[in-house]
Amino acid sequence: MSLGLVSATYVVAAVLFILSLGGLSNQESAKRAIWYGIAGMALAVLATIMAPDIKNTALVIIALLLGGAIGVYVAGKVQMTEMPQLVAALHSFVGLAAVFIGLNAEIELSMVQNLIANNADLKQLTGFAKKLAEKTSVEIAILKVEVFLGIFIGAVTFTGSVVAFGKLAGNIDGKPFKLSGGHMVNAGAALFCILLGVLYFQGAGIWTMILVTLIAGFIGWHLIMGIGGADMPVVVSMLNSYSGWAAAAIGFTLGNDLLIVTGALVGSSGAILSYIMCKAMNRHFVSVILGGFGETTGKAAEIDGEMVAIDADGVAATLEEADSVVIVPGYGMAVAQAQSSVAELTRRLRAQGKEVRFAIHPVAGRLPGHMNVLLAEAKVPYDIVLEMDEINDDFPQTDVVFVIGSNDIVNPSAQDDPNSPIAGMPVLEVWKSKQVYVMKRGSGTGYSGAENPLFYKENTRMYYGDAKASLDALLQLIS
Amino acid sequence: MIIGTPKEIADLENRVAMTPASVKQLIKLGHECLIEKGAGERSQFSDKEYEDAGAKITQTAVDLYAQADVIAKVLPVTIDEVKLVKEEQSIISFFYPAQNEELLSALNEKKATVMAMDMVPRISRAQKMDALSSMANIAGYRAVIEASNNFGRFFTGQITAAGKVPPAKVLVIGAGVAGLAAIGAAQSLGAVVRAFDVRPEVAEQIESMGAEFLFLDFEEDGSGDGGYAAPSSPEFREKQLALFRDQAADVDIVVTTALIPGRDAPKLWLEDMVHSMKAGSVIVDLAAERGGNCDLTQKNEKIVTENGVTIIGYTDFPSKMASQASTLYATNIRHLVDDLTPDNDGLIDHNMDDDIIRGVTASREGAITFPPPAPKVQAIAKPQAKEKPKELTAEEKKAAELAAFKEDTKKQFAILGAGALLLWLVGSFAPASFMQHFIVFVLSCFVGYHIIWNVAHSLHTPLMAVTNAISGIVIIGALLQVGSSSWVVIFLAFISILIATINIVGGFLVTRRMLAMFQKS
Repeated sequence: MSLGLVSATYVVAAVLFILSLGGLSNQESAKRAIWYGIAGMALAVLATIMAPDIKNTALVIIALLLGGAIGVYVAGKVQMTEMPQLVAALHSFVGLAAVFIGLNAEIELSMVQNLIANNADLKQLTGFAKKLAEKTSVEIAILKVEVFLGIFIGAVTFTGSVVAFGKLAGNIDGKPFKLSGGHMVNAGAALFCILLGVLYFQGAGIWTMILVTLIAGFIGWHLIMGIGGADMPVVVSMLNSYSGWAAAAIGFTLGNDLLIVTGALVGSSGAILSYIMCKAMNRHFVSVILGGFGETTGKAAEIDGEMVAIDADGVAATLEEADSVVIVPGYGMAVAQAQSSVAELTRRLRAQGKEVRFAIHPVAGRLPGHMNVLLAEAKVPYDIVLEMDEINDDFPQTDVVFVIGSNDIVNPSAQDDPNSPIAGMPVLEVWKSKQVYVMKRGSGTGYSGAENPLFYKENTRMYYGDAKASLDALLQLIS
Repeated sequence: MIIGTPKEIADLENRVAMTPASVKQLIKLGHECLIEKGAGERSQFSDKEYEDAGAKITQTAVDLYAQADVIAKVLPVTIDEVKLVKEEQSIISFFYPAQNEELLSALNEKKATVMAMDMVPRISRAQKMDALSSMANIAGYRAVIEASNNFGRFFTGQITAAGKVPPAKVLVIGAGVAGLAAIGAAQSLGAVVRAFDVRPEVAEQIESMGAEFLFLDFEEDGSGDGGYAAPSSPEFREKQLALFRDQAADVDIVVTTALIPGRDAPKLWLEDMVHSMKAGSVIVDLAAERGGNCDLTQKNEKIVTENGVTIIGYTDFPSKMASQASTLYATNIRHLVDDLTPDNDGLIDHNMDDDIIRGVTASREGAITFPPPAPKVQAIAKPQAKEKPKELTAEEKKAAELAAFKEDTKKQFAILGAGALLLWLVGSFAPASFMQHFIVFVLSCFVGYHIIWNVAHSLHTPLMAVTNAISGIVIIGALLQVGSSSWVVIFLAFISILIATINIVGGFLVTRRMLAMFQKS
């Protein structure tokens, strides 16, 4: 395959990637869009392997087959509720790959420069090394900046994603953790990296980059350790964005436009997603990144009243009479793996002619769209799954609202109490309905740590227990 | 503790203060339950059911009073029953301590603890034991049923082959718990329901039940303490009566529920209004116990006036629905006992610092504790005045839109300008080869920005998975480097290809799995 053909294939691949992202505007076209993405990726990889100057093809094929097999295994095994962890884990791979490629670029570069210094024969060089040999000194300087950026972003993405994975999988405590010194440590480490970068630009050698890898890795670890579990949706999309920027930086290093285009697409996608998430939680991006929920300015309002518990019989009786039911799922549903029970309940209620709908808050769960995916897995038709803005006005006409394992997203103090840690966050106004049932494991607070006055309201009843067990008990009473 | 419930001895009283269901709950709290033989009969609860639930049956009231620590009843004990009461026994029942001073002092002499279910303070925490509301709810429902029983027509309007039937028009005066229950019942029978209340804030509740709120244009708020109504000024009363006089000729059924705490019922439906009503109309006066809202009401009687209007003055509506009333009342009692037994260990901790317990206790340890001080918690928060957003005229809207458009244009120009300047700055320093890539980069960001905003919210997780898979494109970088002559480079590139492939394959497969699940109903 000639270089021209390879470039042409790259253009096709880039267009296919854009189409595959654009196709996600609705569920039906999304099913086709995914094939665009797969085709684009296959074309790009094939064209690159078949391009001139590619050696060690056997090794490449071994890596491809091995990686492919692992990928198939992981994707087949993963539970839908573990999706956040998986996405975070996969991000870390991109970060790590970017670090390796950056280091490789530096190794090759110093090798080529050695050859030039020794006036050796440059004609025997092939591929990437050949390209490097043709670069002017200004271009080499720019290349070094790109290598530095690629390694730095890649390393932050790598360790950050590993920590995010650990927190989402529950291997690492979800509470924010910071070393003494907090963000000053990060700032200091970043400054040190820049210093190393400057040394590197002046020809200090590969040790500076290895050091940058380690320090940037530390920054990624420390940064994400300091962010609480409730902010994980933002973190995951932020890391998504980083992995894109890392790919783009590598693209610059290698002078490969396809990498740049794809990296930029992914990077901007992640950035916009993070922005949407932050907006949904009424948080500033910076304060999410810097970790910890906003400081409360005053004492949160006292709550009067008490929680009244109810059992399955009581819930079933009310459901029997209700005409319209809205279900508000949250992270608790995912944890209890209760989505299929929820779906079964939905099916039975709908069979009785009741109107059943789902209200999804933008930050319900631990990553954007988490609930939609779980409900889709359990075969809940997506046209009864509505987002916050679509359904918030309907609550006053709703007979029964089921809150399944969500807390902060239905907390009225976000609207009433300016001193609440979640004040100003848009919430689902479930308390306006006639009857609210809250399914909850215990009487604790949500991720924000804010008390939830909803639980004390007169039209709220607490249905304690594991969401799945409770729903199954309820299902026995509803035919 | 042993909680005992005797048979109610009043003739008209069918209710009972303990049900098999509440027995189970009380036992869970650590108490023992005792019930007099046949106490639940008139509420359709057999002795067998009580025994199955875990209660013990006593043959006589004498035995019961002798054995129980706490007596739970519906009506206050009579003077005869007082003789049976032990020293320091607790008695929970409706009591009306203000009207029953003699009885209260008689019990006080015995150092009995008297807890009056009618004195439960109106705070939200106490709602679950608010027996007055439970009974009012039943009374409101039953009032409509009683009215329908005495009304010769359908409630709902129909058009049939045999002619058109107009719907019944129901007027409910006083939209407390009973009033709202009456509205709900009449509404569900298909009647046209109107309602009036002196407290303007209940208009919303009335409308929420589907009834029409009769609006009185007068600057006075009839709300008193604890969510009850307060007496109104003479001018207001005149206006109100004029409103009712208008309605009298039109409505078929009137349900009056107006009561002001501690006073005789206000007269709201005067004799002349009754006379102007159509023959066959029905008035149900739920305030009959306190003299009635209607001039002609006779307590515990049903009368028919000369012009054919039926006036019902029964006071035992809850008792007429004894099974339902007992269930609710027993649950109210159970909740009170729950609060009295904070540790669920069957030991009663009579905490006089608690608003609710303090409120219901009328006599304790030889001292009369009625009336209780005002509860510490306010019943209903004062509503805050809402500012209505100003309605915009068409021109104003247009102007606002234009201004927003201009603002938007300005913003876009500013961003474009800044972007161009930045590009120009970079371009003036960087070599051409870099600029080529840089332009591609900027354009891609731009395209990405526009595409991603269009992605459906529900597809954000698939989006994340797709972009994640696509970011595996770094594999190309590794592919380009794997041909190096350095073994370190080859090794690192190999690892990179491996993990990037995991990312690509895993990412795409997972996305496919996710998308395949989305399906229409």
